[in-house]
Amino acid sequence: MEKFTTLAASMVAIPTENIDTDQIIPARFLKVTDKNGLGDNLFFDWRYNTDGSPKEDFVLNAQQGKKAGVLVAGDNFGCGSSREHAPWAIMGYGFQAVISTSFADIFRNNSLKLGLLPIIVDKDTHLQLMSLVEEEPDTQITIDLENQTVQLPDGRKVKFPIDNFSKTCILNGVDQLGYLQSHASAVEAYEAGHPDRVNTLAT
Amino acid sequence: MSNNGQPKTLFEKIWDEHIVVEEPGNPSAIYIDLHLIHEVTSPQAFTGLREKGLKVRRPDKTVATMDHGIPTTPPDIPITDMMVLNQINRLEQNCRDFGVPLHGLDSPNRGIVHVIGPELGLTQPGMTIVCGDSHTSTHGAFGTLAFGIGTSEVEHVLATQCLLQVKPKTYAVRVEGVLPKGVSAKDIILNLISRIGIGGGTGYVLEYTGSAIQGLSMEERMTVCNMSIEGGARAGMIAPDDTTFEYIATRPHAPQGADWESAVEKWRSLPTDEGATFDREITIDANSLEPMITYGTNPGMGMGITGVIPDPMSVKDVSERQTLDKALNYMDLQPGQSLLGHNVDVVFIGSCTNSRISDLRLAASLLKGQKVADNLRVMVVPGSQQVKNQAEDEGLDKIFKEAGAEWREAGCSMCIAMNGDQLQPGQYAVSTSNRNFEGRQGKGGRTFLASPLTATATAITGKIADVRTML
Ligand code: SF4
Repeated sequence: MEKFTTLAASMVAIPTENIDTDQIIPARFLKVTDKNGLGDNLFFDWRYNTDGSPKEDFVLNAQQGKKAGVLVAGDNFGCGSSREHAPWAIMGYGFQAVISTSFADIFRNNSLKLGLLPIIVDKDTHLQLMSLVEEEPDTQITIDLENQTVQLPDGRKVKFPIDNFSKTCILNGVDQLGYLQSHASAVEAYEAGHPDRVNTLAT
Repeated sequence: MSNNGQPKTLFEKIWDEHIVVEEPGNPSAIYIDLHLIHEVTSPQAFTGLREKGLKVRRPDKTVATMDHGIPTTPPDIPITDMMVLNQINRLEQNCRDFGVPLHGLDSPNRGIVHVIGPELGLTQPGMTIVCGDSHTSTHGAFGTLAFGIGTSEVEHVLATQCLLQVKPKTYAVRVEGVLPKGVSAKDIILNLISRIGIGGGTGYVLEYTGSAIQGLSMEERMTVCNMSIEGGARAGMIAPDDTTFEYIATRPHAPQGADWESAVEKWRSLPTDEGATFDREITIDANSLEPMITYGTNPGMGMGITGVIPDPMSVKDVSERQTLDKALNYMDLQPGQSLLGHNVDVVFIGSCTNSRISDLRLAASLLKGQKVADNLRVMVVPGSQQVKNQAEDEGLDKIFKEAGAEWREAGCSMCIAMNGDQLQPGQYAVSTSNRNFEGRQGKGGRTFLASPLTATATAITGKIADVRTML
């Protein structure tokens, strides 16, 4: 996992609420056995016509889409399927953070494990970000993970929540698996004290 | 009553018993009793293990099957999708290399991962169960804490048998009364989601209680718990009772002899204690429910079958209004419209929500001696090989075939449309599955979610029908 400390980047906005992971990456692209190339298929059915040509009016096909580092999306982003292909695709495209008023639990968990920042802001800030992008597509914001703030062009800093554990892992670029591995003896002790419930190897 | 005399919910009892490490400021490491694996969300996790030189810590608590991408055509037809074939080969290779038991293509126990767990008796009360699939919530019907995880977490569980989790909050869903004729478990859960919305359960574990829930069979309880995630809740649970124990007793992995007795005794202590409190509650009156149908592009956009489609203009919140507008546009439906009599191109009976033997029996009971409507494609896809064999033993396959429906091999099929079973752009389907997202059942396809009864009634009439008029 890459370290994330601060990010100054422009945004794209997709205001739709309840964007599910089937829209982020349709199921037919889940037949892969690695994580490569998923960014090319991000929002595929919203992004391309049936003949494969880009849909002119979809924001990722506009100039600003290609260079933005932050995706601003409607409420309850990432609902539905647990596919981690969704954050893989978002990161593969080049986004490092997603801003919404809320996220679905599994998507949020998956993203935090990968270092893709799911940033929750209040409704007013969300609306402000949307209109900033609309007025000036190149508007930059600055995300500071250490201080948990998003700084808007007018200088206003908005706090966002993140649990300390995920924050530390992402700041240092450390995989959460390491933490679990460091507690191997606790796992052994737990197993010694709890009888197995089922044995999948028994026939 | 449990430890310290402090009343606890079913969820809290299971959670507390599975904490391995709990440190202030960090999520808890909880122990996982059963890890289910399938071909689509596991390959990258095994690659991670290889790269780090790690083993599967407990292959004896892990079991794999293939369901999402596999064809539902007869087994002698070779698989032509090279990417699907590659995933299948990869899963076989990973299971061989890491010693994980696999119910592969020729196993009599293969099937949708959430159908086979309970079927084999691997799903037992009080357990923690995870799978790289959001409908793992299904297993909560047995009084387990079961939820979907991502592929990074699959790797964590393979390597350590533990998972890092922030403790969720609790949400009681009380369903009281008696379900009217023609109204089923699917209608309970579609009704709940239409009330709380698809984000309404985010951060919570649901516990379904009340007389209507207690009256459900295990398969019906699975249908309810299955769609907890559609309300945003990662897990949904139901307290185990005699119905639960009876279901498990004869299964291959059920505890035997004295072990059975002590297991049941332990399971009886799991239900929520009197006086335990939930963070949130909702009550649904079962007596007043009618068959449900969805009209939009998420499972929360549902209504009673005699209802009319809401008007976006009457929605106050701007983004909510735009979302509904976009959905109706995609579905090509009008505000104020009734769905009764709406044309349909395909009826799909299947998925981990409604593909078990009791679902197929219900469908067959209506279809017996009937024909499916002209120009309508009706697909019946059993949830597992076992369900398929059982249905064939009972002659249900003949009823389906004689009526003009397709009787297919077991798998996820058109629930996720990865295997070629899919809608054509613009087609309408009534589906017993769980998701009506844009393109979920095929690019450009339009899905109405409903119960097996409503789907079958629609199959016979060729238009969306109220099954209550046919009973
Ligand atoms: S049947 Fe559908 S929802 Fe269930 S596991 Fe398969 S793809 Fe997922």
